[in-house]
Amino acid sequence: MNDLSDLLRTPLYDLHVELGAKMVGFTGYDMPVQYAGIMSEHSHTRARAGLFDVSHMGQVILRAESFDAVAVAFERLVPMDVRGLGEGRQRYGLFTNQQGGILDDLMFANRGDHLFVVVNAACKAADIARMREAMEPEISVTYLEDRALLALQGPAAEGVLAGLNGAAADMRFMDVATFELVGAECWVSRSGYTGEDGYEISVPADKSEELARALLAHDDVMPIGLGARDSLRLEAGLCLYGHDIDEGTLPGEAGLTWAIQKVRRGGGARAGGFPGADKVLAQMTDGPARRRVGLRPQGRAPMREGVELFAAATGGEVIGRITSGGFGPTVGGPVAMGYVPVGLATPDTEIFGELRGKRLPLTVTKLPFVAANFKR
Amino acid sequence: MKYTEEHEWLEAEGDLMVVGISAHAAEQLGDVVFVELPEVGTQVTLDEEVVVIESVKAASDILAPLDGEIVEVNEALVENPGQVNEDPTGKGWFFKMKVSDASPLEEYMDEAAYKEFIG
Repeated sequence: MNDLSDLLRTPLYDLHVELGAKMVGFTGYDMPVQYAGIMSEHSHTRARAGLFDVSHMGQVILRAESFDAVAVAFERLVPMDVRGLGEGRQRYGLFTNQQGGILDDLMFANRGDHLFVVVNAACKAADIARMREAMEPEISVTYLEDRALLALQGPAAEGVLAGLNGAAADMRFMDVATFELVGAECWVSRSGYTGEDGYEISVPADKSEELARALLAHDDVMPIGLGARDSLRLEAGLCLYGHDIDEGTLPGEAGLTWAIQKVRRGGGARAGGFPGADKVLAQMTDGPARRRVGLRPQGRAPMREGVELFAAATGGEVIGRITSGGFGPTVGGPVAMGYVPVGLATPDTEIFGELRGKRLPLTVTKLPFVAANFKR
Repeated sequence: MKYTEEHEWLEAEGDLMVVGISAHAAEQLGDVVFVELPEVGTQVTLDEEVVVIESVKAASDILAPLDGEIVEVNEALVENPGQVNEDPTGKGWFFKMKVSDASPLEEYMDEAAYKEFIG
């Protein structure tokens, strides 16, 4: 058991308890793991809309005399095209280390005169320290502790949010905008981590419960805990930091090179110039030795993180490990992700996972398991 | 019906003992998505792992509550593991065993004691 007394609370803690959530310690926060049940929460999000409290994530503003000055500095930390990001647009990004390993994954947005960055809860202290170290004093790095972050995800999300402010309907996938919701200035992006259409909403902490209640008042919206958040993102083939990607994982093997725009790749106008660039770009050119793949256990038994993978039903060395796995409610069966040698990474390849002393077959499967439903 | 501290229930049916998990345990586990049952004819000893249950959250083991032989398993759970949540003390039973030593039964809790145990 976690020692609950040491856990931090998000501004929505009391609401979670009132809604009957089962609370667990997660990255130092006392968070809702489920309300009605993971299976029904998962299915409801895919069918209608789910509301997630992701206030444990770190919200950071980077500011200088111009957006471009911030972008130039931020490009020294991430292999993404930051300078070319249009105003009112967001991108997925990665912090890398000198070995090209991934220190964290993040979202960053051009909000006109500043860069808005959202990082993982478990990494936020280190991320903020790294940004300060690398960029201050030229760039001011402000950690926003007075804002909550909500995610509204699912096919009904647009209708629900547009009911509070029509501006929500005008946004496309990865747009960001500022508008009022329940009388509070909210910073809204059309994005999320479930594979569904939806929004992520940064709201002043003191108005977050009112906003959450306004969203939950809609028939289409159910509160969703971390359990379903995990099964939704797994079906969507999205990485969970610290599990599917970590300091020992390079973008190439993780299948995240789509996030590295041409301008930062070999031959690009601003090629390299981020930590570990030589290693990251070399792996993109030469190809990785292993790759993150989708895996479908052929039987009914879920295979979870840590399960060792083998090329054959008997004998041989461990060829890789499952990094995320469980039951996929929309798929209707077990799903997993893990790393395998490139020679075994082709879809439909059969490999084996050792579960309770038995080798059971899995099929390498194209990701995502459930097609994304973004509003492009 | 008797209960163990491992949240299993036992109920006599003729000269056999039927075993499952309590409603409280089923609720704590969450949606059950996979059940691995022992083979009929397996000899089991007290506290030996006999059933694996996987919920959406995690895997758990069910331990043999007594010494004996597995004589029947609830095959319906293979196709329909959700029965463990829907009807834990009825259709959600796991196995029936022929008991060779019933003495631990005296230590197990009755309904009232179990309710107190789970608080």
